[in-house]
Amino acid sequence: MSHLRSMILISPELLLVLTALSLLLLDFLVRRKGTLAVAGAAGIFISAYVNYRLIKVGMTGGTIQGMFAFDGYANFFKLIFYTTLLLTILLSVKYLAIEKISAGEYYSLLIFSTVGMMIMAAATDLLMLYLGLELMALSTYILAGIVRGDRRSNEAALKYFFLGAFSSAFLLYGITLVYGLTGSTNLREIASALHSLKLAESPITMLSLIFFITAFGFKIALAPFHMWAPDVYEGAPTPVTAFMSAGPKAAGFAVMGRVLFDVFGGLQMQWSIILEPLAILTIAVGSIIALSQTNIKRMLAYSSIAHAGYALIGIVIGTPEGFVSTMNYLMIYMIMNMGAFGVVIMLKREGFSGENLEDYAGLAKRHPVASALMLVFMFSLTGIPPTAGFIGKFYIFMEAVYAGHIYLVIIAALFSAVSAFFYLRVVMYMYMKEPAGDISLSTSKTAGIALAFAVIMVLVIGVFPSLLLNFARNSFFG
Amino acid sequence: MTLPQLFFAYFAVSITGLSLLVVTRKNPVHGVLWMLVLFVHIAMLYLFLNAEFLAAIQIIIYAGAILVLFLFVVMLLNLRVEETERRFQWSWPVGLVAAGGYAVSLIFILVKITVFPQPGHYTIEKMQTEGNLMIIGKVLYTKYLLPFEITSLILLVAIIGAVVLTKKKQE
Repeated sequence: MSHLRSMILISPELLLVLTALSLLLLDFLVRRKGTLAVAGAAGIFISAYVNYRLIKVGMTGGTIQGMFAFDGYANFFKLIFYTTLLLTILLSVKYLAIEKISAGEYYSLLIFSTVGMMIMAAATDLLMLYLGLELMALSTYILAGIVRGDRRSNEAALKYFFLGAFSSAFLLYGITLVYGLTGSTNLREIASALHSLKLAESPITMLSLIFFITAFGFKIALAPFHMWAPDVYEGAPTPVTAFMSAGPKAAGFAVMGRVLFDVFGGLQMQWSIILEPLAILTIAVGSIIALSQTNIKRMLAYSSIAHAGYALIGIVIGTPEGFVSTMNYLMIYMIMNMGAFGVVIMLKREGFSGENLEDYAGLAKRHPVASALMLVFMFSLTGIPPTAGFIGKFYIFMEAVYAGHIYLVIIAALFSAVSAFFYLRVVMYMYMKEPAGDISLSTSKTAGIALAFAVIMVLVIGVFPSLLLNFARNSFFG
Repeated sequence: MTLPQLFFAYFAVSITGLSLLVVTRKNPVHGVLWMLVLFVHIAMLYLFLNAEFLAAIQIIIYAGAILVLFLFVVMLLNLRVEETERRFQWSWPVGLVAAGGYAVSLIFILVKITVFPQPGHYTIEKMQTEGNLMIIGKVLYTKYLLPFEITSLILLVAIIGAVVLTKKKQE
């Protein structure tokens, strides 16, 4: 009986795996590659619907062997992953045709990566956490290098692979130390053993905490561990970049939150002290280096580093409410970032990368709708009301002020003002420069749907912020 | 010092020495061969824990299969050119400082330990009564079935990746 229950609890993931496998087979049977995207999206919708039904029938709170939890926390992050995956697939259709990427493998790797993220968010055992992370990472390494003829894509895949493997080693070292101390890999058992054996003060616990932060820091590209991000984001195919900057980052935050709060909850003071300078450094490095970028993918890479810093503030505070604001921020960042990358993807056409800032000169004259969308996303990334980006930053800063981290908020707000320069520079190019030549967009219906969804969500969350925030709060506490 | 401790000390010291040899050899083939010796020594550590199955697997899979693959790759890559260039040398001092700092802090930490860590569920006595293979089989297919299945997904992704990254371009 418990086996059946386990199967039901993990059925959303199983359905996704099934979808990925059938896409691999369908690739041989179907000539029109657009069909694959539709089939994939259908599978994802079914999986998401099953997940929704499971929540509705009250399966929340169930676990499989204490390793895999079906709880509100995981479900909130799963919503981020599902949305990222769907938007990425919608934005990829045209890009795959232009770059001649084999669609079946591409979509199934995207789905496998998402399954890995879902396992990470749901993992309550370090073993599961590690395996989910590897499943996610391995798929993204391949996706980064899927344009085999492109040297930059090769470089991105190799760099990502080596540094990812390096960070996995840190994670494993941390897990080993904790296992050696407590004799368990289960998060709850570790926490109780640390408490009952008074190991929380042990230097080895501190050491493993540092290893965990290092490993997760690599995944979410925190400042001293961010070196891979710009090159990888620039070299990878743009839809993959969009996917990487939203999904795996949120997954990294998901495991970081769970490990820090559930296992090292008693060491909150210590990890706040470690993370606080990292947050400031991350925001500073991301915002300052982005100023000098002329390649828009690189600029968005540094922007994504800076945003990881803002989201980290919610963890630095160390309160549950603080982490709720981080979850809120991650959802908002995902939507606006996917939107911004969506416009970048549309500028790509055969033999033209459309990645340079100059390519945006005078875009508003030729394509007013695309420019208006980019305008909204850039405003949102800067954090200007009434967009969602403002709400995300506002709640994080508010929680930080409540917790007494006022100077942290001042620094973050200052860098947020600095970031306005490079975001609004794109807007300036679009609206105030004369077009250099003829600009044609690779528009498609699917990309249109994705962008429309993103822009609507950015504005809706911006105007009705409590919808998302209450959802995040209920997921975390409920 | 008892005899098992003496043996353990030998293996611990030689594993450290061998790992250093692996990363310091200029000729990659020599590095891989030292790694082979290293893996055999690690297998012996499993024997100390009465995990004879793991020891055998360590030798058969790592020393037998994976290292042969390593050797193939190293020989295919024609690394003679890399050997003569000093391109990987600059990072030595950085690595040395990082590793040295870590070693020093680890020694300080180990000296200060007062609470002794918990033994895991599978002690040497339990291994002796039930048998290593029996325990691994039971645990792998009951408690750790889900992680085991996820490993299969990871391998599948690796296979897909190998196909995607090497197949001929379709015309």
